[in-house]
Amino acid sequence: MSVTGIGAPVRRKEDFRFITGAGRYTADIGLPGQVHLHFLRSTHAHARITRIQAGHASRMPGVLAILTGADIAADKLGPLVCGWMIHSTDGSPMKMAPHPTLPIDTVRYVGEPVVAVIAERPDQARDAAEAVVIDYEELPAVVDPATAQRDGAPQIHEIAPRNAIFHWQLGDAAAVDAAFKQAASVTSLDIVNNRLVPNAIEPRAAIAEYDPGTESYTLWNTSQNPHVARLVLSAFVGVAPEHRLRVVAPDVGGGFGSKIFIYAEEVVTLVAARRVHRPVRWIADRSEAFVADAHGRDHVTKAEMALDRDGKILGLRVKTIANLGAYMSTFSSSIPTYLYATLLSGQYAIPAIHCAVDAVYTNTVPVDAYRGAGRPEATYVVERLMEVSARRLGIDPAELRRRNFITSFPHQTPVIMSYDCGNYAASLDKALALADYAGFGARKRESEARGKLRGIGLSAYIEACGIAPSQAVGSLGAGVGLWESAEVRVNPTGSVEVLTGSHSHGQGHETTFAQLVSGRLGIPIESISIVHGDTDKVQFGMGTYGSRSGAVGMSAIVKALDKVEAKAKKVAAHLLEAAETDIVFENGKFTVAGTDKSATFGEVALNAYLAHKFVGADLEPGLKEGAFYDPVNFTFPAGCHVCEVEIDPETGRVTVARFTAVDDFGVVINPMIVEGQVHGGIAQGIGQALMEQVVYDEGGQLVTGSYNDYVMPRAADFPLLAVDTTVTPCPGNPLGIKGCGEAGAIAAPAAVMNAVTDALGTEDVPMPANQLTVWTVLQRAARQQAAE
Amino acid sequence: MYEFTYHRASGLRQATNLLGKHEEAKLIAGGQSLLPMMKFRLASPSDLVDLNKIEGLNGIELTSRALVIGALARHAEVHVSPEVQQGIPALAALAGLIGDPAVRHRGTLGGSLANNDPTADYPAAALALGATIVTTKRKIPADEFFAGLFETVLEADEIITKVSFPLPKKAAYQKFRNPASRYAIVGVFVAKRPSEVRVAVTGAGASGAFRVPEFEAALQKRFSPKALDGLSVPAEGLASDIHASAEYRAHLVGVMARRAVAAANG
Repeated sequence: MSVTGIGAPVRRKEDFRFITGAGRYTADIGLPGQVHLHFLRSTHAHARITRIQAGHASRMPGVLAILTGADIAADKLGPLVCGWMIHSTDGSPMKMAPHPTLPIDTVRYVGEPVVAVIAERPDQARDAAEAVVIDYEELPAVVDPATAQRDGAPQIHEIAPRNAIFHWQLGDAAAVDAAFKQAASVTSLDIVNNRLVPNAIEPRAAIAEYDPGTESYTLWNTSQNPHVARLVLSAFVGVAPEHRLRVVAPDVGGGFGSKIFIYAEEVVTLVAARRVHRPVRWIADRSEAFVADAHGRDHVTKAEMALDRDGKILGLRVKTIANLGAYMSTFSSSIPTYLYATLLSGQYAIPAIHCAVDAVYTNTVPVDAYRGAGRPEATYVVERLMEVSARRLGIDPAELRRRNFITSFPHQTPVIMSYDCGNYAASLDKALALADYAGFGARKRESEARGKLRGIGLSAYIEACGIAPSQAVGSLGAGVGLWESAEVRVNPTGSVEVLTGSHSHGQGHETTFAQLVSGRLGIPIESISIVHGDTDKVQFGMGTYGSRSGAVGMSAIVKALDKVEAKAKKVAAHLLEAAETDIVFENGKFTVAGTDKSATFGEVALNAYLAHKFVGADLEPGLKEGAFYDPVNFTFPAGCHVCEVEIDPETGRVTVARFTAVDDFGVVINPMIVEGQVHGGIAQGIGQALMEQVVYDEGGQLVTGSYNDYVMPRAADFPLLAVDTTVTPCPGNPLGIKGCGEAGAIAAPAAVMNAVTDALGTEDVPMPANQLTVWTVLQRAARQQAAE
Repeated sequence: MYEFTYHRASGLRQATNLLGKHEEAKLIAGGQSLLPMMKFRLASPSDLVDLNKIEGLNGIELTSRALVIGALARHAEVHVSPEVQQGIPALAALAGLIGDPAVRHRGTLGGSLANNDPTADYPAAALALGATIVTTKRKIPADEFFAGLFETVLEADEIITKVSFPLPKKAAYQKFRNPASRYAIVGVFVAKRPSEVRVAVTGAGASGAFRVPEFEAALQKRFSPKALDGLSVPAEGLASDIHASAEYRAHLVGVMARRAVAAANG
C-alpha cells in the first residue's frame, strides 16, 4: 500500500473547498441577465383545475412570463416517464399514467407544481405567484396504500382502476406452500416500512440557459446522473436533441437517490429559458424540498417464515403493498420489485421464497429510490423475522442466523440473485465480539437498577450493489444499461485528468478515484484531477447511486488505465530503444527488463507527445484512453450490525446506547471515507427506526412539511459508533470492490427495532419507535397486565 | 418576506411613538420567532421597530430579594450570567435549553415573554417564580400577564423593559423536548418560594403555560417527588399533535414535575 494508493486513509481532497465555502453548487452559479422562477404548487391532494387566472399577476412588476400546463402542452413536451417496465403476473404492462410536466386539468398531490412564474427578482416571482388564482373543484383523496386498493376508493388515474399499477410476483408459490406444510413453526409479522423524506443538505436547483443562435440549452442541475438527465430530457421529454443540450451537475450537496430522477421543475426551467430568452433560475427552498423531492420506502407488508424443528428456514412468503405516490417517478417501479424481492433470501440458505407486490397510486408525493432503495425494506422483513423466530424458538438470535448462513459460493438464491462471495460467520463473530454481546446481560441489569429497560438486536443484512450488469437488468425491464465509462487523459507534463461518468455528491470520488490512479501510475495524488458531472466534458455516464461508483465506475477507470499503460509501454520502448515486450512498468517507472535503463512515467508521458521523435505511422501521438465497463454481476456487500437501546419507561424515550457495525465491502479504497459512509448510513437507518416519518392527514395534507414536525436525526442522537470491516474480495471486478454507500441505511433499522422490541418484550412496535409510540406500547402492555 | 419599513429606535419614547403611529408595526428584539414567520410570509408587519440600540435594556442585577433581568438580555447571556447562576441557577439552566446556539445568542427574555409561544420555556419560569414584568406603562404580575396562545395583556404601544424574579429557596426546570422542533412538549418549572410552592407547565396547555394548583398544594405540605404520587393533571384542555397526545402530555406533566422536584432538592 502506497501512502496515497488503494487502502490508504487519504484525507479528502475536496473537503477544503467545501468547508471553506469555496464549493460551487448550482445556486452559486450566477449568469448575466438571469431571472427567477417560482412555482405555485397545489394546495389540494386531489382536485380538478377549473380555471387559472393569471392576468393580473402577469402585469405585476418584474414579471416576464407565467407558464401553465397548457403552455407546456403547446410546446409538445413530455410527459415525464418511468424508465423500468414491470409486467403484472397476468402479463399486462404496468399502468403508467400520463405525468404531465405541469397538470392540465387535475392535481393529484399537495405540492404538485401547477403554475410557474418567471420574474426579474425572486420576490417579484413570489408576489406574482400569490396573485395567480387557481379555481379548484375538490375531489376525494386517498393517501393510505391499503385503502387505495379497496373498492370505492377514490380513483386517481383513469388508466388504473383501484389505483393498481401492477400486481407482480417473484419466486415459486407452490414450493413455498409445500415448505409451509412441512414447517414445525411459522413466524408471521405485519410490517409497515415508514415513508421518508430524503433531506439532502442542498435542496434541488436548476439554472437553464438557452442560446437562440445554436438553438441549444445548458442546464446546471443538482443531479446524481447528468447524462441520464440529458438522455431522458432529450429522448423522452423532447426538450432538445442530446447534442444541443448540455447538463452540468457541479458540486452537489447530497442526494440519497432523490437527485437521480427527472422532475418537472427542470423541464419547466428549460422551457422558461427559451421562452424569455434569459437564463432562468429555480432554487428550491427547504419547505419546497419536502414536496418536490421523491420520497422513499412506504411499504405495507405481511411476511411469514416457515422453520423446521432445528430452526432451519424452509420457506418465506411475503406480500407487500408499495405506495408509489401520485405518479410513477423515473425508477419507481424497480424499487419494490427487483431491488426488493431479489434480496429476500438475506444471508440465508432458503429453499423456497415467494413475494407478491402490489404497487398502488395514492394522492401523495411520488416515491422512488432513497438510500438503499428496496434493500432496506427487504432486510427489515428478513431480519425482523429472524429475530422474532429466534425468540419464539428460544434460540439465541445469533445462533439461529448462524444455522442458516450460506457458506458456499457461488450461491444461487430462489429469487434471481447469485451471490459470488462472502463470509457471513466472520462478520457476525467480529460484530458480536466488538459489541461485547456476551456482556449484554450485565449491562441490562445495570440499566434495570436505574429503572431503565434495555434491549439488544442484530441485523445480518445483504445488499446487491455495483448496479448493475446490463444483461441482467435489461432482461428484467430496465430501459438503460448500467455500465460506466471513463477516460484517462495524460498531459505532456505527466499530470492526469480522469473523466468519469460517476458523479460525486458527497462520496469523495475526487480522492478515492485519484488514489487508484496514484497507486497505479506512481504519481502524486496532487497531480490527478477527477472530472465529472458535465456532459460536454465526459462522453457518457450512468451516474452515482446503488453503491456503484467504486465497483463499476472505478472498474471503468482500471480498464482505461490498462490501455494507457499499454500505450505508454510502446512509447517507453521507443524512448529506451528496446522491444515493447521487454518493458516492465512498476512503481511509476518503465524499465527495460534485466537492465538499469528506465524512464519515469512523466518522461514517457512527455515523449508520447513529442511526435517528431518517432514515426506517427507506427505510434500514434498522445496518451489518452477511454473505456466502458459493464459489470458481470451485482456485488453483494454484507455484514452484521448490533444495536443496544435503553428505554425510559416513564417517558417512552429510546436512547441508542451502543451501535456496532461490521461490514464486508470487499477491498476498501479509503477506510476513512468508508467509515464516514457507514456513519451516515447508520444515522439515516436509526433515523428511520426511531425518528423520521412522513405523516399525511386523511385529506392528503402533509403534516410533516418542515423540521418543526419532521424529525431529522442529529449528532447528539447517536452514541459513538463502533465500525469495523471484514474482507472477502469481490471476484466480479478488477479491484475486488463491493460498495459501501447504502449499508448503514439498509442494516440499521432492523437492528434498532430488534433491540427496541427486545427491551419492550413485544413484537408489535411500529417504526418510528419514537417516544410517543413506545409510551403507547407500554401503556397498552400495562392495561393488558392489569386486565389479566 | 414582504416589504416593510425598518426603524431603529434610539429610546423607549421614540419606540412607543412609532408603535402608536403605525398600526401594523411590530417590535423586533432578537427576531428569532418573528423573522422566520416573516420569511414564511406568515407575518407581514408594515414596520419593524428595532429595540436593540436602546440603552439600558439588557442589564442583569442581583439584589438580596430578586433577580432583575433587562428585556433585551439574550438567552445566552442569562445562561452564563454569574448573577443568574448565583441567584436562580434553575433559570440559568433553562436559558441554556432554549433553541440552538444561534437562537440563544439573538433571542431575548422580553421577546420570548411578549410572544407567549405556548411551547416556550420562559413563561413557565415567570409563572413559577412569581415574576413581575415591568413595562413602559406598569408592573404586571406574571399571573396576570399571559392571556392565551401568543397573547398577553400588553397594549399595542407597551414595551417590556425588565423582568423581576423574586429569589426562590429552591427551583428546577425539567424540559421534555419535541424531537423535531426541540421546543417543550412538556416543561415543568417548580419553585419553592418563601411563602408558597409553585408549579408551572409549558408546552402542554392548549392555551399556553399554566399552573397546577393540586401539585402546588401537595408540595406545599411536603416538597418531595413522593408528594405527587397519585396526582395527575387531566388530559382535557391539553394540546394534542403527532408528537404527543393530550394523554401523553398529561402523563409527562406528572413525570417532569416529580423530576423537577427531585432536581430542586438536589
